Amino acid sequence: MNRFSYIRAETLDEALSAIALPGSALLAGGTNLVDLMKYDVAKPARLVDISRLPLRGIEALDDGGLRLGALAPNADTAYDARVQERAPLLASAILAGASAQLRNVATTGGNLLQRTRCAYFYDPCTPCNKREPGSGCPAIGGVNRMHAILGASEACIAVHPSDMCVALAALDARVNVQGPGGVRVIPIADFHRLPGEQPQIDSTLLAGEIITSVDVPADPFGPHHSYLKLRDRLSYAFALVSVAAALRLEDGIIAQARVALGGVAHKPWRDQEAEALLVGLPPGREAFDQAARAILAPAVGHGGNDFKIELARRAVVRALSQAAAGAPQSQSDKRVR
Amino acid sequence: MADGDMTIGKPISRIDGSKKVAGRALYAAEYDAPGLLHAAVVSSRIAKGKITAIDAIEALALPGVIAVLTHENRPRVAAFRYAYKDTVGPPGGPFKPLHDGKIRFADQPVAVVVGETLEAARDGAALVRITYEEEAFETDLDAAKAASFRPRLPRLGVKPAPKPRGDFDAAFAAAPIKIAAAYETAAQHHNAMELFATTVVWEGEDKITVYDKTQGSQNVQLYLKQALGFKLKNVRVVNAFVGGAFGSGLRPAHSAFLATLAAKHLKRSVRLVLTRAQMFSITYRADTRQEIALACDAEGRLLAVRHACVAATSRNEDQQETIVNWAGLAYACDNAAFDYQLARVDTPTPGDMRAPGAAVGVHVLECAMDELAYAAGIDPLDLRLRNWVEHDQNDDLPLTSKAQKACYAQAAERFGWSERSFGPRTMRDGHELIGWGVAGGVWDAFVAPVPTRARVTWRRDGRLEVAAAASDIGTGTYTILAQIAAEAFGVSVERVEVRLGDSTLPFNPVEGGSWMAASTGAAVAKACDKLKAALVKTARKQFKLRGKSALSVARGAVIGEALPGGAVSLNEILAAVGQDIAATGTNLPDLAGQRKHSSYVHSAVFAEVRVDEELGVIRVKRIVSAIAAGRILNPKTAGSQIIGGMVMGIGQALHEEAQTDHRFGKVMNHSFQDYHVPANADVGDIEVIFVQEHDPDVSSLGVKGVGEIGLVGVAPAIANAVFHATGKRIRSTPITIDKLLD
Repeated sequence: MNRFSYIRAETLDEALSAIALPGSALLAGGTNLVDLMKYDVAKPARLVDISRLPLRGIEALDDGGLRLGALAPNADTAYDARVQERAPLLASAILAGASAQLRNVATTGGNLLQRTRCAYFYDPCTPCNKREPGSGCPAIGGVNRMHAILGASEACIAVHPSDMCVALAALDARVNVQGPGGVRVIPIADFHRLPGEQPQIDSTLLAGEIITSVDVPADPFGPHHSYLKLRDRLSYAFALVSVAAALRLEDGIIAQARVALGGVAHKPWRDQEAEALLVGLPPGREAFDQAARAILAPAVGHGGNDFKIELARRAVVRALSQAAAGAPQSQSDKRVR
Repeated sequence: MADGDMTIGKPISRIDGSKKVAGRALYAAEYDAPGLLHAAVVSSRIAKGKITAIDAIEALALPGVIAVLTHENRPRVAAFRYAYKDTVGPPGGPFKPLHDGKIRFADQPVAVVVGETLEAARDGAALVRITYEEEAFETDLDAAKAASFRPRLPRLGVKPAPKPRGDFDAAFAAAPIKIAAAYETAAQHHNAMELFATTVVWEGEDKITVYDKTQGSQNVQLYLKQALGFKLKNVRVVNAFVGGAFGSGLRPAHSAFLATLAAKHLKRSVRLVLTRAQMFSITYRADTRQEIALACDAEGRLLAVRHACVAATSRNEDQQETIVNWAGLAYACDNAAFDYQLARVDTPTPGDMRAPGAAVGVHVLECAMDELAYAAGIDPLDLRLRNWVEHDQNDDLPLTSKAQKACYAQAAERFGWSERSFGPRTMRDGHELIGWGVAGGVWDAFVAPVPTRARVTWRRDGRLEVAAAASDIGTGTYTILAQIAAEAFGVSVERVEVRLGDSTLPFNPVEGGSWMAASTGAAVAKACDKLKAALVKTARKQFKLRGKSALSVARGAVIGEALPGGAVSLNEILAAVGQDIAATGTNLPDLAGQRKHSSYVHSAVFAEVRVDEELGVIRVKRIVSAIAAGRILNPKTAGSQIIGGMVMGIGQALHEEAQTDHRFGKVMNHSFQDYHVPANADVGDIEVIFVQEHDPDVSSLGVKGVGEIGLVGVAPAIANAVFHATGKRIRSTPITIDKLLD
């Protein structure tokens, strides 16, 4: 662990000016950053503690949507009655992740900005392009059970570990940020990026910018949603594959479909062309399988994670089936519906 | 509980429980000392080679860093391998930390940074720059097993592979029904909740008190004396409380050596705690590659058995476990062949982990019995009963007891086994396939191979003190020893004070092999008998009784018609004497008896799993385990041991696995984030049954020990249930989702 200085920002402006200095890192819940510092993966010269900023609120918007403060704890969000009513898919996804203790301190913004849990990224004794650009990616040809099957590059096959962001992707959330140049809105689909040649960059958030809130639009899916997470034990593990599925049904026909996958790529994975295949069809195994195959068509395995291609295909079908039936996956009863 | 009640056999809550929940039970890293320094270990970045340069300038420049110890500047330590021998180590030369610049395995300790604070030590550790010259290495058992070999020297206390009997080849060739299969078991790494930790208190003049996480205080005492050149009387090792060990603390860990080395060098008190990642560089349950062949006749009678195993060991030591022997012991068979080999990999020496040998050997045997049952079309429980044996065919000795039939009967009844349909994939509930599996378990009923001592004192403050250098590794030793003493004197458990985990107390070997209850328990019982005799003698003297007037000790008093009022309390007697009265008991291993019979504990395990047919998600719905382990001193603490073993068995079956990148020779999932043990959600309903078993031959108390048996049989019961659910025979553990997808 390196030596660092610590300042506590009392206002957003203070935080913005503090973060402008090179080597600064924002500290909110700290559930990921502090770990990374202990492992000598993150070595910020100074921590800017923003946990006291007034960004904890959850707001019901007039258009039926929600505004989640950047510092709203994941647990507050998941158990908020308005969130459970307006975005039950999001509440469910949050409860599929981490543990009660972690959810109590982890924040909306921190969840978006958490880093991959790739074992090589975490181990400074091994190369890693994300940690040390240009050093190589040993996950390729190594222990890669948890790694990407979609959108990876030769430089990096790490995955984004979030559950919450998978639901946000399915719900077309928007990330509100503020920076030296003022405020801007980043659609969630553009927030995280694929690794390409620069896997050290996880998101499109610019240096000096701070997430202030996340907007979740009004959800037209009613009970027809599900968050299905498959992992190597029944609780407290990152996803091998997760699926956020939502359907809007009109007269027994699919009018709108959303499918986002977690644990399979450097960002929550959406394929709008595959979603479009579902529109106009009656919900059913045949339609779901067709969409699943389309989503997974470009998938590539790296040995240890080859099985995830087939697992993801089946998980998409099941999650869509749960959504169609209006029987979302329970996150406490571990039986898959 | 009132004085005089029987206490042995009662489900008494652990007497140290309130201390533990209130934080008054101190563990190795919680002791303080004036001017205590903190040490952090620097681990090797490479798996094999040598150190060519060490640059500690930056580390030493950090405020608060006091010293950086490496093989180049460490104080003189013993040069000879023998000095590093502990009482548990296998044949070969033990690893000698900081001895030379050679790197033998990934994350080997290469330097110790000592600081005024933990933060300074950790900061400093990250700044020690070490340059290496790498050499080729091998950590992949599948590659290493090409050069497998039979161990040249047996490991003390571990049975070598049995001699063959009959003619396996001919019997197998001629048999009408047979199976032959290859199995793999993954390496499992010790990760008790308490990290390896040592606090060395420098008492001056080369005298130290060492608070260490170990299963044997006197084992560590002897090791530190030899390796670091202390006088035995100047080393006191304390392990009053141990936060789980499971075999990891049988041998002295790096932490004890390195902390003591630093203390000796600086003549200061030092605390050293390993990190969770460094726990993966200490010792582990060896991965194995096994082959098994079974044959039977149409009635299911075993005609031929062969079990062969190659297990990983290090370059420097030949770790050995009893893996293949169980196949010749558990069932009647006249034609049997065995092979047990090792293969060297560049890792630390594997070591014992709960039920060493049996955990993986019985797993394969019991899965193979299930395979044979399906080949023969016989109910898997029935097949086991048809091959019942009450004789140890490996050593041609009678068994002291084997109440395993009662285990099968009671657990099957409780589980509802008779409702099971035979065919795989015949039971389902919606998306989920339902599977019911059974396995038998067996483990040695050891007594300690050396004399075990305990001292019992009736104190003037009216309390009964039990003292022994035995360790309570979280199992309930404090409680059962209190029960034994309380019963002997007819007093309540609350009146008994137990002192354990201190090398200055009467001799005990390391706590392992489930021998503590039988051995130390018997020593306490003997000490109580001697103390009672001494108290009676004192009473006779005090009251000047002559002749044959009968006196006895009960309810904290000496009782006899000749005494005033028929009884005099022990407190009165001691008040008159003016001092505490103590007696020491010794339990000797019954070497002659051990040549006349064999002793084992047994279990029967029934498991129900639910497997999502499409997704491969496995849920363990329930497990029933019935245990035959002689007399149960305390069904609550013993039951907790079995429950813990069953949870560990779920981990063995479904989760635990070291994922090594053989290009780096390193376990990559070296954290609880990636190295999975069962979470609460993974543990279904668990039920433990203790069946009655009378066995006066293992120990005078009739006790056999329950530390390991709870684990044995759990993984195969789950694996067999997975087969019954899915029709898929997964021959490698852990059984993960990927193995169940087509």
